[in-house]
Amino acid sequence: MRKLLAALAATTLLTGAAAAATVYPVDRATILAGSPFDFKVEFTGVVKPEDVKVIINGQHYKNVLGKDLAFVEKEEKADASAVILRDVVIAEPGIYAVEATAGAETKKVVWDVYDTAATPKAKNIIFLLGDGLSVAHRTGARIMSKGVTEGKANGKLNMDELDRMAFIGTSSVDAIAVDSANSMSAYMTGHKSSVNALGVYADRTPATLDDPRVETIAEALRRQTKKSIGVVSTAEIEDATPAAVVSHTRRRADKADIVEMFYGVKPDVILGGGSAHFLPQATAGSKRKDDKDYIQLFKDAGYALATDKTELATAAASNQPNLLGLFHTGNMDTTLDREFLKKGTVEKFPNQPGLVEMTKTALDRLSKNPEGFFLMVEGASIDKMSHPLDWDRAVIDTIEFDKAVGLAREFAAKNPDTLIIATGDHTHGFSIIGTIDDDKPGTDMREKVGTYDKAGFPNYKDENGDGYPDRVDVTKRLAMFANNFPDYYETFRPKLDGPFVPAVQDENKHYIANQAYKDVPGAVLRTGNLPKDGDTGVHAVDDIVLQAQGPGAEAFKGYMEQSDVYRVLADVFALGKQQFGN
Amino acid sequence: MREYRDDRPSPAMGRDSLFNRRLVLGLAAFASFAPFSSARAATQLTFDELYEVQSVLGLKFTAQVKSLSGANVTMRGFMAPPLKAEAKFFVLTEIPMALCPFCSSDADWPDNIIVVYLDEKQTFVQANAPIDVEGTLEYGSWTDSETGFVSLLRLRHAQFSLA
Repeated sequence: MRKLLAALAATTLLTGAAAAATVYPVDRATILAGSPFDFKVEFTGVVKPEDVKVIINGQHYKNVLGKDLAFVEKEEKADASAVILRDVVIAEPGIYAVEATAGAETKKVVWDVYDTAATPKAKNIIFLLGDGLSVAHRTGARIMSKGVTEGKANGKLNMDELDRMAFIGTSSVDAIAVDSANSMSAYMTGHKSSVNALGVYADRTPATLDDPRVETIAEALRRQTKKSIGVVSTAEIEDATPAAVVSHTRRRADKADIVEMFYGVKPDVILGGGSAHFLPQATAGSKRKDDKDYIQLFKDAGYALATDKTELATAAASNQPNLLGLFHTGNMDTTLDREFLKKGTVEKFPNQPGLVEMTKTALDRLSKNPEGFFLMVEGASIDKMSHPLDWDRAVIDTIEFDKAVGLAREFAAKNPDTLIIATGDHTHGFSIIGTIDDDKPGTDMREKVGTYDKAGFPNYKDENGDGYPDRVDVTKRLAMFANNFPDYYETFRPKLDGPFVPAVQDENKHYIANQAYKDVPGAVLRTGNLPKDGDTGVHAVDDIVLQAQGPGAEAFKGYMEQSDVYRVLADVFALGKQQFGN
Repeated sequence: MREYRDDRPSPAMGRDSLFNRRLVLGLAAFASFAPFSSARAATQLTFDELYEVQSVLGLKFTAQVKSLSGANVTMRGFMAPPLKAEAKFFVLTEIPMALCPFCSSDADWPDNIIVVYLDEKQTFVQANAPIDVEGTLEYGSWTDSETGFVSLLRLRHAQFSLA
């Protein structure tokens, strides 16, 4: 017993000695020279302010950061001390070794503060983000849209024509996995973060709006250029991906606050869904918990307002300086529902524009600025339909996303000083493994799955040549499956009555297969391989394929992090240099 | 998203057998709720009848909803995953809801919902099927002091059963 106690004491001591403070920005952070950020050190225990020492490149921190640290003796729920310094700037590029010490605790991190080219390489950047865009979405889109004959694709997607590429790793500060918030945040700030966080490093305090901030691309553009900014999405505009262009919060669900952050930055063009978070709480349908009317506030700030496709055309032609288009209270409907099946919420919002119309309007408006623009376009429903394993909707939305890439390419053909990037923010555990042929004998659907040579070719048709298959419920269709799922009924068929809801929550907070699909002919119960509190399929940790064309695109090669992609954006726009000359 | 609402009559019960005695007895094992009181006549209200205007700039309730305020109504829908297993209220939605922490949040309720308040706390059981709820319709803004949930339309003193 004595020996055991001694051993435990030793372990405890070791743990104590190993306890290190946490420094934000984290080790190996890459920071755009001149960009404001918050610096924070979280100690693991309560320390005395006089014991705290922060040395940067051998100097007292104040020589480098120019301000005094604020000391917090006990952080909320932490019972430990911290120092924080908001809105600091390092103007001089270089390697910065930061050492924070308090008593026995010490932590060293190294930052790479980088400069950019002195002059911009491109006038415009169009950044197209297919949310959840995985290799199988693209393959499916190509097969459904173009077809395959004797082993060769009958045509290429617009994405396929982008001539530079890189593999993008998407891991988070806190996990190998990622979500749309911190992945897009890394693209849009150059800093990796934690799952659910936007434009901040996630600290340990419970408050979601006080976490250490980093600069977003929209803020950098406002600080250094006179370029216009556009944000376009088929999701709620305050959803994670579009929010990442402008926002700072630990919690992507702070949507009412995110609307306020959009209002703070005022992108010149804002098009998407999510009006519920713009409406004052007294208006039925509002999801705000205050009386602020952001529709009115944006109008007062010079925005033309559009709420459907017709108004978008009118507003696009207006001479008001800015454009706000909100086409749904929540997420906009998928292409399959909007254009073909008229399911989902299309009955309530029958005149929603699609991603292609929104992108076209945004390009028309933004290109009027002689200083150039940054446009972010998100194909949101690729992800929103991949979570519930609704592969047909996800792939049809990939075709729509690709058409937006096509518009960007048309624009770049006339405006060659435009960099185009098409990428995803994470992948899904989604694959195409062959075909499903209804004409095979029997009623057992798995026997109708054709693999290898038995897969043959699907019989989608595009007789009207619009790039979409005329119907998805053909007799021989793609066999598309997830590698991860909750309990659900596999129907082996497209969901023609509306988006798939694979599982519902029970009273124990467990997700169980949605009985609504039990009686679909041929449906079989698949027992999930995810924890029982998992409601739908999850993001894969697999890399993303990024493709690009135009000036600066040669920087995309090999393996990169999303944060490296930001560095390319900053360099192409020369964001290290102020460009207010004209 | 209005798939598989399944308001077709199921072979086990006729479409009009909302208060089918056999069903209520059968449900005794499913949840400990009181059977509907037959003393009050209830008007049936569907989700489609809630709003006359559903637009980007807000929803407008129908005259029917306003005139039924204070009246006893029944509505059919799905029980959304409750915030707590044991609670006095739940949210009735038009279609089944599976909330996903990374593609949505608790702020992401669809527009077509109604908050249902019961007289007493109870432990919810997921029916995984449509339910019928009977209660007093209440119209007008009200903030739940316990949850901060603001609702413009509610069912109070409600009871529910499998549809």
